[in-house]
Amino acid sequence: MRTLIFLLQKEFRQIFRDKTILRLIIAMPIIQLLVMPLAADYEIKNINISIVDHDRSAFSQKLVSKIVASGYFKLADYGNSFEEGFRLMEKNKADLVLEIPADFEKQIIRENTQKLFVAVNAINGTKAMVGSTYLGNIISDFNQNLRTEILPPSKTSNSPQIEIVSSNWFNRFLNYPVFMVPGILVILVSMVGAFMCALNIVKEKEVGTIEQINVTPIRKHHFILGKLIPFWIIGMFVFSIGLFLVSRVVYGIVPEGSILVLYSFLSIYLLAVLGLGLIISTYSNTQQQAMSLAFFFMMIFVLMGGLFTSVDSMPEWSQWIARLNPVTYFIEVMRMVIMKGSGFNEIKNHMIIITGFAIFFNTWAIINYKKTS
Amino acid sequence: MSDVILSNIKKTYNKGEVEAVKNVSFSVEKGELFGLIGPDGAGKTSLFRILTTLLLPDGGKASVNGFDVVKDYKTIRKKVGYMPGKFSLYQDLTVEENLTFFATVFNTSIEENYELIRDIYIQIEPFKNRRAGKLSGGMKQKLALCCALIHRPTVLFLDEPTTGVDAVSRKEFWEMLKRLKKQGITILVSTPYMDEAMLCERIALIQNGEILSINTPEKIIDGFPDQLYAIKAEKMGMVLKDIRQFENVQSCNSFGEYHHLTFKQDNKAEKQLKEWLANRNHQNVEIQAIKPTIEDCFIQLMQ
Repeated sequence: MRTLIFLLQKEFRQIFRDKTILRLIIAMPIIQLLVMPLAADYEIKNINISIVDHDRSAFSQKLVSKIVASGYFKLADYGNSFEEGFRLMEKNKADLVLEIPADFEKQIIRENTQKLFVAVNAINGTKAMVGSTYLGNIISDFNQNLRTEILPPSKTSNSPQIEIVSSNWFNRFLNYPVFMVPGILVILVSMVGAFMCALNIVKEKEVGTIEQINVTPIRKHHFILGKLIPFWIIGMFVFSIGLFLVSRVVYGIVPEGSILVLYSFLSIYLLAVLGLGLIISTYSNTQQQAMSLAFFFMMIFVLMGGLFTSVDSMPEWSQWIARLNPVTYFIEVMRMVIMKGSGFNEIKNHMIIITGFAIFFNTWAIINYKKTS
Repeated sequence: MSDVILSNIKKTYNKGEVEAVKNVSFSVEKGELFGLIGPDGAGKTSLFRILTTLLLPDGGKASVNGFDVVKDYKTIRKKVGYMPGKFSLYQDLTVEENLTFFATVFNTSIEENYELIRDIYIQIEPFKNRRAGKLSGGMKQKLALCCALIHRPTVLFLDEPTTGVDAVSRKEFWEMLKRLKKQGITILVSTPYMDEAMLCERIALIQNGEILSINTPEKIIDGFPDQLYAIKAEKMGMVLKDIRQFENVQSCNSFGEYHHLTFKQDNKAEKQLKEWLANRNHQNVEIQAIKPTIEDCFIQLMQ
């Protein structure tokens, strides 16, 4: 116990003495939480549309102004030939090309039917999909209005119509920060936990101080605890800054559920990621190696953790990878507790799984640690 | 009683590809200042790491203080002091913090063993609030020695303590070791510098993982089988080539400003060689009989 206290004292002294790391610990969560949620916005605006109008009628004019007035589209070109519009798409100046055929107005009135052609630039998949959906909605809305305007009222009332009204639960205004901030906070805590811990241990290897420690009577578990505890505390601290300072003050996010639930999950989660940090440190001999390994895991964590893309919409094999990623569980728990107000009962399974991760990673690390020395 | 005993110690790296230590056996008496002398890559550090329980041997047995290095590693770690070749204290902690840290780790305090380190610590005390990383090379080495001594070890392992240290500090360092020896601490020191061998009580010459010879430095020198000559002339490079062609020469090696050589048959050889060289237009040739150094012995044993 006495040894452990001295080890902790030494660890904290070193951490507080390293001004760069200290600033990083405080500034990193604040800056990342301020910048990333605002930038990572799924609501797509400023879709450049090129409209090829062969009709030039009152109806086509009306459709164009409706599209532009929606606020989602920017009119890149209003031209006469599809080739021209397509060229703009090739130059990446237009994301969509809408072709309105000649006799658009005449056909609608006379034959009650008309076709429009939409070409989508699918290089940016999300933008293409969202853009064409928006455009589809606008056109069907336009169509609806036309029907009521042109056709005699008796006919309209005869044909049954379904109007869909949706209401957003748990995040009424589809406020992206509410969705993103908890997820980004998870990534931050994982980074601090796993990677700072790994780098710290590997630094002792690289500088050679671990040799000096190894010839002393310090027990292995003392040494490991001496490394885990400081970063566990720092992880808690970074999380608290993010939760109370940034997300509450800046984004006004107040967790629906209990803080206690969040923190109890966090305390186990930190053990799991610290275990991962330990594993990284046992496999690397230099800080450079540890950094590269950490980067590899970081990419998987960020991209396969359900932060940006929903896990449920991934292909099945990659859903399995996501299920093996502890970050996935914490992001889910964060969103459940903060947005839905879930309690211990709802996150019970997540809790069991993350405890499993913590035991698995730490056992692996300790076994491997013994082997290498 | 012997404090350190090695018998048939083996260590290989890269799955047996590299044999760093081959069947090494020797013992070090209690209170002895023992030197392990050999060039870089001879296996010195591997031996030290085995004895300080940092490395497991692949074969053989070794004990320190009567404790087995594999089975009783915990006991050994409490008793020995180790100063690795590379400075490995916490660079971001101050001199005093480093010393306090290692003292507490061994369950003791600076005050308790101050007597032992006083002579050394007094020299770095003015800088006790400076971070270890900011000390000069000599200071770092003194601090490392203090940290290795703070728990009053029974055996002290110093791995190349004087490598990269200036001549004055080296001399000081060896004087410190002599004082420590008087306190009854067994000291094992490794060095690639042959001149330092004379400062040890007993030395082991090691090369390619094998012990060439173990004895007191004087006896090793006495064991040199031939009369050694030093030769100097104007064109040293040419002289070396020509001497090696002289039939009666057994070995000739360049040695600072002289070449050291031995003859197969000592009888009148000196005079014959002089004539041989004179015939080959070498001028100002000086030959004199000299006493061999450890380095001469080392080269002779290597052949």
